[in-house]
Parts: sequence; structure tokens; C-alpha cells
Amino acid sequence: MKLLKTLTTSMMLLTAATFAQALDLSGKTAEQQGLAVAQERKNRDLGWSDSQSSVIMTLRNAQGEESIREMRMKSLEVADDGDKGLTIFDKPKDVSGTAFLSFSHIDKADDQWLYLPALKRVKRISSRNKSGPFMGSEFSYEDLSSFELEKYSFKMLGEEQVNGLDCYKIEQIPTDKYSGYTRQVVWMDKAEFRAQKIDFYDRKKALLKTLTFNDYQLYLDKYWRPMSMSMVNHQTKKSTDLKTLSLEFKTGLKDSDFNKATLKRAR
Amino acid sequence: MKRKPGLLPSALMAMFVAQVPVSYALDAFELDVSGNIGAQWREFPNAGQYNSSNNPASSDAGDIEQVRHQFSISAEPELGWQSEDGLHTVVLKAFGRWDSEDSERSHVDIREASWLTYGDSWEVKAGISKVFWGVTESQHLVDIVNQSDFVEAPDGEDKLGQPMVKLSLIRDWGLMDVFVLPGFRERTFAGEDGRFRLPLDVDRDNALYQSDDEDKHIDLALRWTQTFDLYDVGVSYFKGTSRDPLFVPMFGNDLQPSVQAPAPTALAPLYVLIDQVGFDLQATLDAWLWKLETIYRTFDDDVESQFSAIEVDDYSAATGGFEYTFYGVADTDWDLGALAEYQYDSRSDASLALGQNDLFVGGRLALNDAESTEVLFGMSQDLDHMATRSILLEAETRLGDSIKLNVEGLLFNSADDDNLSYQFRQDDYIQLSLEYYY
Repeated sequence: MKLLKTLTTSMMLLTAATFAQALDLSGKTAEQQGLAVAQERKNRDLGWSDSQSSVIMTLRNAQGEESIREMRMKSLEVADDGDKGLTIFDKPKDVSGTAFLSFSHIDKADDQWLYLPALKRVKRISSRNKSGPFMGSEFSYEDLSSFELEKYSFKMLGEEQVNGLDCYKIEQIPTDKYSGYTRQVVWMDKAEFRAQKIDFYDRKKALLKTLTFNDYQLYLDKYWRPMSMSMVNHQTKKSTDLKTLSLEFKTGLKDSDFNKATLKRAR
Repeated sequence: MKRKPGLLPSALMAMFVAQVPVSYALDAFELDVSGNIGAQWREFPNAGQYNSSNNPASSDAGDIEQVRHQFSISAEPELGWQSEDGLHTVVLKAFGRWDSEDSERSHVDIREASWLTYGDSWEVKAGISKVFWGVTESQHLVDIVNQSDFVEAPDGEDKLGQPMVKLSLIRDWGLMDVFVLPGFRERTFAGEDGRFRLPLDVDRDNALYQSDDEDKHIDLALRWTQTFDLYDVGVSYFKGTSRDPLFVPMFGNDLQPSVQAPAPTALAPLYVLIDQVGFDLQATLDAWLWKLETIYRTFDDDVESQFSAIEVDDYSAATGGFEYTFYGVADTDWDLGALAEYQYDSRSDASLALGQNDLFVGGRLALNDAESTEVLFGMSQDLDHMATRSILLEAETRLGDSIKLNVEGLLFNSADDDNLSYQFRQDDYIQLSLEYYY
């Protein structure tokens, strides 16, 4: 009798421990569930402090012709605000040395400066254009900026399998009136809260683009990053692949690495 | 081919004033080679206004016929090296152009030969380099440090390398740059048969200076910049030899007329001493960019007793306006920017300043395509003389991975012979250039 009781208790504790990994969404509305999942996704991505990476972007037009963009990016996590970023373009060769400094903010427009090496000119640019193409690709500026809870209102749509993984299906509606999208549908795997697929709907509410994430790698035992992202535009038949060639966290970057002086110095 | 002899010693002096740590050169050697080579065609539909055939009374010995077509090739190689820890960077960049028609337009320049090192809150740069100051588009009043390589393009935006030692302080109260500028670069000018020239040939080998130190005079420049939320502000000061020459009529080799030379035969550039204070501001308000540049320039009028043909008047000038961008026009990815800038100059003599009471209106269309295609069009209208205006059109795109194609055209209308632009009124042109980047 006693053995059975112990076994049952152990099994119940074990089951409880297993369920503690998954999110407790019981008793919540669809909006609350969506927000809970998004919060968990955001929480899992905190504390990476800074990163340096090099990426290659391959643009493909409807005829399959390709153009290559190569760039290096430095990022700094800022407490209670959006990230700071410095991007240096390496290819195409005529833009090599062009650099872009961005201070993103949660509750106001981002501060952005562009450095043009031929003129040695720093130009502050308008950050209002979130929906415009980044370097002529299918990724817009808002697609590449950091995921912040304040940017969307969330709603749980259900669960589906994507890439062979059980996923939460969440609807995200951008809160920024200048966003190019009326809604996004995100599939995030339940195990690690990694985005697997995102559908983007344009201002006419038609399906515009789909972004798929592949080859997630784990860094510092905590942070999942996709090594490959692929954006397909269903309306124009163009696509862009974004591949990470190298990525390193906690490289010792500080606030003083992100200012107009470092922007002009960037090589 | 022009190489100013004064440049190299000044540059070397600048580099040795700040010590170059030779030991770092022995560490990991990462040399970065890049640059571009180009070919350019220019067509001038109108006969030159200074052609001998137009000026039978001219005392010029030669037969002047200003070019109708110009073909040139250019090269701009760059060599960069950075120490393994990234703390030291050395950059060497040279520029050269060979022009098929105008030998004065063929020239070589060291654009950059500098060493840079930095810490968290400071930066030092020594050698030959270039800096850009300012925010406006139609003209750059505040940008004073580098001399214009005027022979490259009439907008004066191409610059010659400037020897300098620069110390930057990076603080919470802003970014402060202090420049010591040893060595002066003289402006480049087209030859007699070239375009965008002055009424008389420029006596470029006999430039005149107010200072006895001539082109060895050490100039000083300071600039403070800071960002206040949506506002980027700059305050600058320059003391030294003005980069903008005044022109003194020469009678043969003399400043005074003689029996052999009763009428002026050439114009000698005169570089006077000035003090200039500048202010620039940009407000970035969503899709609106508001820009302002203003300067106040003072002279040492002792120069009037040295050169009786010259009069100098302290003056102020300003350029201000806006750029508003329509993003994604007509449901496309195209961005259309509308620009308007007003140009003011307090000098009453319109022969000295192009932008006296002028309005620039233009548009910038970016297709946001994989080829980075952009078109800029604009018109500069003199508000004092409605018949005086210039119109520009410039388009660029990328061919393949490494070639940029650039087409530009400039049209001048000038009925007012007091105005500086009157000198260029027959110099309307169309230009096509191809540049290969490596």
C-alpha cells in the first residue's frame, strides 16, 4: 500500500515537473494566452548583453537572378529600451564601408544615422520608414528590428505542427500605425519558443510574405538563433535568404562602441 | 600632371607630430585593398563663351576653343590596414584622373594618408584626410576644412586631401573635434580650353597669399556636435587661410598694368586670412527633415593695402530648408523625397556668391530595388533675377555586382551678367560615367 502511494506521488511529482516546462495557459482568454507566449519568448531572449555577427543576404528576383549583400553587425542590449546596433556593409563593393547606426526605442521613433564613406558624411535619417525594403531585399526595416512586446497586440489562434515541431500559432497585430502590415501570424515551437514561420499580411489584408527559420543553434546554453532565414514574397515572387556566417555573444561591446564617432570610424 | 610640392612635407610633419607606433606594424598584417576605376564622357552642346572666335577683342595670344566633348579615366585605389586589436588604422587613398582634352583637369591627389587610434572617450587622427561638416543638400556653407577639387565637378563637392592632426573628445556633452591644419591646398582650376573657367585664365603657378607663411600657414579648426533627442546640432570655428580664393588681375607677371601688358592677362588666386563661425542644425521629425546651416566670415582688411584690386567685406550666409519623404508611393516600394532650401548671402556683390537670394527646389526618387537606382532632380532659382536659374538631373544605378552607372545633366540660364553663374552660362552639359568597384 505504502509503495503504491509513494510510486503514485512520485509519478504525480514527475508529471508536475514536466508540465512546469510548458506554459500554464489554462483559464486565460485568447489575447492573454497570446501575450503569455510572447512574454515567454521575450524572457528567454534577455541577458545576451551584446553580439557581433556577419551575415550574407541573397536577393532573388522572379527570374531567379541573384544579388549578394554582405554585412557585419554589432548589437548592444539596452535595459528598458530597444537595442543599439551598428551595421557595416561589405558588399556590393560600391557601398562597401557604408555604415548604419541605430538606437531603437520602444515608445518613440528610432534614432538612425547613415555614414557615407565616399563623402565622409554622417546623415541622420528618418526612421519612420519601417516598411521600406532593407537594401532592396524582401526584408523591411521592421522585419529586422528587435522583437518587443510593446510593438504588437497578441492573440492565441491554436496549435499546429511546423517543421515537425508542435507549435503555438499566435496572431500579432502591430501597434505602430506606420507598420507595413495589418497582421502577422507566428508559429513558435512549444518546446523552446523559437519562431519557425511567420506569415505577413499587407495593408489590404492579403498574404504578402512568409518567413521561415532554419538551423537554430544554441548559444551560451540559453539563446537560440536561426542560422538561416528565408523570406518569400508571394505577390512579386521575389525572395531573400539571410544566412548568418558567424555569431558571437558577450564580446565586450559597450555603449561607447555605438556613437557617431564609432560610426565614422567603422571599417 | 599636378603634384603640389608643399603637400608631402606637411603631411609627413603631421604624421610625425603624433607618434606612429611602428611596433604594431609587426603584428598580424591585414591589408585591405579596394577602390574604383572609372570612365567619364562629357558633352557640351554650346560653344564655349570664351572661345577666341567669340572674343575678337581679347588680348590672349593663343587660339582658345573650349572643349565640346571630354573623355576621361579615373582611378581611386585604397589600401587599409588595421592592427589586430583594431586600435590602430592606417589608410592610404590616392586619386588620379587623365582628361583627353584639358591637361589641367588631368591630376593626381593623395586623398588619404592617415593613421587613426582611439580609446573609449577620445580619438586621434594624423596625416592627410577629409572631413565633412554640415547637413544641407543644395550647398555646404559650414564645410570648410578640405579644399575643393574644383576641376572634378562644378558643384565643388569633390575635395582634395588635407594635412591634419585631429583630436576628438567623445563625452556626454557631445563630440568635440580639434584640428591643427598644417599645409594648405590650392584649388584646382580648368585650363584655358576647359569648361567652368573664369573670364581669364587662372595663373595657378603664382597663387597669392595674405599670410607671409603662404601655404605653410598653420590653420586651426574646432567643431562641437551633439544630439538632443530629435535634434542634431553643430557649432564650428575656423581660423586661417580661406579655401575660397579671391581673384586678382595680373598684367603679365605684375599686379600693375605696364606698357607690355596694358590689359589683364590672367587672374591670380588670392588666399586671404579669415575667421569663420558656423552653426548647423537638423531636426528629424518623422518623415520631415528640417535643416539649417549658417556662417559668419570675417576678414583682416589689411589685405586691401597689399592688393589694391581687392575689397573684403565681412559677411554672413545661410541655407535652410526641409526634405519630406513620401514612402512607398502609389503602392510601390519607391520613396519620393521633396526638397526645398533657401540660400541667403549678405554680400551685395552677386559676383562673389552663387547663393545670394536663391531658392533650390528638388526631388529625390529612390526605387529601393536590388540595383539601388536613384534619381535626383532640382532647380536653383535666383529670386532677384527670374531669368537666372540652373537645372540639374542626376541618375544612378548598379550594373551587375560591381559597376555603377551615373548620368547627370546641368543646364544654366543666366541673363544677369553681374551674377557668378553668368560665367558658366554656356557650360550646359550631359555626363555619363561608369565606375568599377573592387
